[in-house]
Amino acid sequence: MDKFDREKALNVLIALSLLIIPFIAIEMDEPFYVTLATRVVVFAIAGVGLNLALGLGGLISFGHAAFFGIGGYAAGILASHALNYEPLMTSLFELNGTTEMLIIWGVAVVASGLAALIIGLFSLRTSGVYFIMITLAFGQMIYYFAISWPAYGGEDGLSIYVRNKFPGVNTLDPINFFLICFTLLMLSILLISVLKNSRFGAALQAARQNDERLSTVGIHPFKIRLTTFVVSAMITGLAGALYADLNRFVSPSMLSWHTSGEIMVFVILGGVGRLFGPVVGAALFILFESIFGGLTEHWMLFLGLVLLAVVLFARGGLIGVIAGKTRHG
Amino acid sequence: MVKINLLKAGLVGLSLCVAGTAMAKPVKVGMITTLSGGGSGLGIDVRDGFMLAVKQAGNKDLEVVIEDDARKPGLAVQIADKMIQSEKVDILTGIIWSNLAMAVVPSAVAQGKIYISPNAGPSQLAGKGCHPNYFNASFQNDNLPEAMGAYATKTGVKSTFIMAPNYPAGKDVLNGFKRFYKGKLSSEVYTKLGQTDYAAEIAQIRASKAESVFVFLPGGMGIAFMKQYAQSGVDIPVMGPAFSFDQGILKAVGPVAVGVKNTSHWSKDLKFPANKAFVESFQAEYGRLPSLYAVQGFDTASLILSAMKTADVKDTDAFRAAIKKADFDSPRGKLKFGNNQHLIQTIYVREVVKEGDIYTNKLEGIALENHQDAYASQCKM
Amino acid sequence: MTSVLFIEQLLNGLQFGVMLFLMAAGLTLVFGVMGLINLAHGALYMVGAYACATVANYTGSFWLGLVASLVAAAVAGAVVEILVIRRLYKRDHLDQVLATFALILIFSEGTRWLFGSFPLFLNVPDILSGPIELPGGLLYPLYRFALIIIGCLVAIGLYLLIAKTRLGIRIRAGESDREMIAALGVDIRLLYTIVFALGAALAGFAGGLVGALQSVQVGMGEPVLILAFVVIVIGGIGSIKGALIGAILVGMVDTMGRFLLPSFFQLFMNNSDATSVGSALASMSIYILMALVLVVKPKGLFPAHG
Repeated sequence: MDKFDREKALNVLIALSLLIIPFIAIEMDEPFYVTLATRVVVFAIAGVGLNLALGLGGLISFGHAAFFGIGGYAAGILASHALNYEPLMTSLFELNGTTEMLIIWGVAVVASGLAALIIGLFSLRTSGVYFIMITLAFGQMIYYFAISWPAYGGEDGLSIYVRNKFPGVNTLDPINFFLICFTLLMLSILLISVLKNSRFGAALQAARQNDERLSTVGIHPFKIRLTTFVVSAMITGLAGALYADLNRFVSPSMLSWHTSGEIMVFVILGGVGRLFGPVVGAALFILFESIFGGLTEHWMLFLGLVLLAVVLFARGGLIGVIAGKTRHG
Repeated sequence: MVKINLLKAGLVGLSLCVAGTAMAKPVKVGMITTLSGGGSGLGIDVRDGFMLAVKQAGNKDLEVVIEDDARKPGLAVQIADKMIQSEKVDILTGIIWSNLAMAVVPSAVAQGKIYISPNAGPSQLAGKGCHPNYFNASFQNDNLPEAMGAYATKTGVKSTFIMAPNYPAGKDVLNGFKRFYKGKLSSEVYTKLGQTDYAAEIAQIRASKAESVFVFLPGGMGIAFMKQYAQSGVDIPVMGPAFSFDQGILKAVGPVAVGVKNTSHWSKDLKFPANKAFVESFQAEYGRLPSLYAVQGFDTASLILSAMKTADVKDTDAFRAAIKKADFDSPRGKLKFGNNQHLIQTIYVREVVKEGDIYTNKLEGIALENHQDAYASQCKM
Repeated sequence: MTSVLFIEQLLNGLQFGVMLFLMAAGLTLVFGVMGLINLAHGALYMVGAYACATVANYTGSFWLGLVASLVAAAVAGAVVEILVIRRLYKRDHLDQVLATFALILIFSEGTRWLFGSFPLFLNVPDILSGPIELPGGLLYPLYRFALIIIGCLVAIGLYLLIAKTRLGIRIRAGESDREMIAALGVDIRLLYTIVFALGAALAGFAGGLVGALQSVQVGMGEPVLILAFVVIVIGGIGSIKGALIGAILVGMVDTMGRFLLPSFFQLFMNNSDATSVGSALASMSIYILMALVLVVKPKGLFPAHG
């Protein structure tokens, strides 16, 4: 079988098994596994976002936790205002919080997109190691801001006591919330797939290889990269909002550089630039955490060893191992 | 299906039988605590104290599942979901940090689980957010600094330099101190959370010429501060809540902390018989001196074990009432819960001393007797 | 605010800066010569501190501990280079970031497995204990003063090593043209191992020195690692001179920010809010500095390669 067909078949298999697991869990009366699967899905969305910048754009952002956290805080702040009946602002006109997921997602996406626009304008002037480090620095800046900002709990974080609402669906039922997240995951993967095969995607990959050639045909690589960075951040921000709803809680730890590292780990474990790479990576990570975390306090040592082995010996990640190399691998 | 039902009926009958003689209903406790990464020393002490009480009681009906939260709020929430949904525990406990407690406790108690805090007492859960299923067997965050403020006032300290990390717990602690301190504040300084170098702050302390310094710097921050303070030649006496001067940390900071006054709701040399027994058995079991976290873990387990003697955990009302009675002798004396199910307890002043080769704390006196937290009046319970 | 206090704060900033330089020098050297971005540099700092504390407690001599910190970190560095890092030189930065991120996890959990979760004890040696009086009646901790001097000596030593020795010539050659030195018959694998071990030893040395003033615990290397990255990015990655100037700049901005910003906000806010806002801004100050530098000079103040 052709290698690319093999990857497509694998993708379908991954999507189906992820979809089926929660239903089996309900059948076996183990509702916790629904939560676990939802966690995988949410982390996968965050990874899909980063994968756009990292895998397609070659932009190694070490600060995506910032967007994950901003999305989370957008959800947390809106919901807490709505639940406490305190308007967000009263000066010009009265603006209230909300518990409608659709609005929250919109705000989360716009807020993280705006943050990415500002961070991107500065960071994309640099490249290589400088880009890695400046995105890390912006992430740290926002992290310290969140810790010491008293209005929304600072380091204690912010609780959302009730899960937010979605029209026509009971979101308190774990399986419904899972399905909402799963749909969003599939939509974001679809978006990436469309982008990848569009003129934009072609330009992005060209910009990755050679700036000047692109400039001579009248395409501005900076604008292409900035757009990629912003879209990537928006997807990760959406994941942050979902994560807030899943945990009913947001805190600055969502913004810490460890979170940036973990999102990167999802992408790598699965396979950089692969459509379903982050899904596989997030699933592996969660499995590892919940299996070894229960067995030994030192599970992070083993996570480190596995990660090291993947980077050194299985460069395409798990999908790469199974489906073989891609053209630009 | 029928068979299963029969079996279930049989089991119910059996347990009813047993219940007639002694109230022996199995209780499953889920402990979520920090066993890896930064601050894991505290979680290990809570766990060890808890398991010591379990071992001493020898009660086969108490089952404990323990998991590590690695001090990550997201992971703690995930474990709590697993324990509630999958392990079907009756009681949750174990969380060390306020921010993790705020992530887990409100939704756990809303789902009908009892939560007993073996450490940390965020003000939200003591005041408006109090809940019949939430018990605090440790302290409310403001307790120890309030006691330090009261002690400073009582001993006539005229001016104090106060310092804490810039995060909610740090602000709570400084506010707690200010609530009971009547002298002059020479300066109020907030440091970065996790800061390791305090040269700039120590220079300000030196320049302030205050009569005393009150610091709240938990974990490694406190160790770093005390070492650097000792080198600076500033001789203004330091005081603070017990967290930076407790047993686990004294090994690393001992020589430079000698003489520091700190407030605590427990001390190794409290004169209660239960305390003597606890300190000896803890040392025998683990080969080290217990910390206040170990006591809190021990008391948390004792609360559960004492309630199991008289109530069935499935009857939540009765079990809660039994916990609230706290019918046992704690190393801290007899425990007494207030309306918000936080302890009304005496806070002592201790001084860091060297006993033989070991650095430890010596009881100095009482700072606040039978002290109740400032938020109890906001709790509608 | 007195001038004595101000001078003391300047010294503090300088001392913080030179210790950052010890960390940053190794990082920037490794990047300059091998093109490797090493997140595990903070782990080597931790190894140094643990070695120093263990040996100092065992033998009773801080100085033996300091030697141990150099040796242990150099050995750990060499072993890691041979087993792992060597395979990463030809990889892209992403692989390097991830592999060394994995090394952080391994080092941290491994250390905790061996030494437990409680911080270790390590104190300043008696001979350097306490304050000294500087001209103008300024009392300053002798140990911090010694750190400034040691840091400056290391900086000079490093300059001499690179400018005057055969090893230095090879290192400079490696920075400018990697193919060239291989052609000259230099064993490039050995050179890389030595450079990496040298960087590791500097980090371990810093860990041992600073460990006496801080808490020797798992994870102690992470905050300082991030600071060291900020330093080398400001200074220009690969440039030792840039690392020195960047380190002192970061040390000064951080110390002075913590000291001056709260008092600045007190001019127009109430006391408690001012210290809170001021210290929040102070904790972000060096990242703001870094962003500003990169806006003006996207390759840092002293770009190493063109």
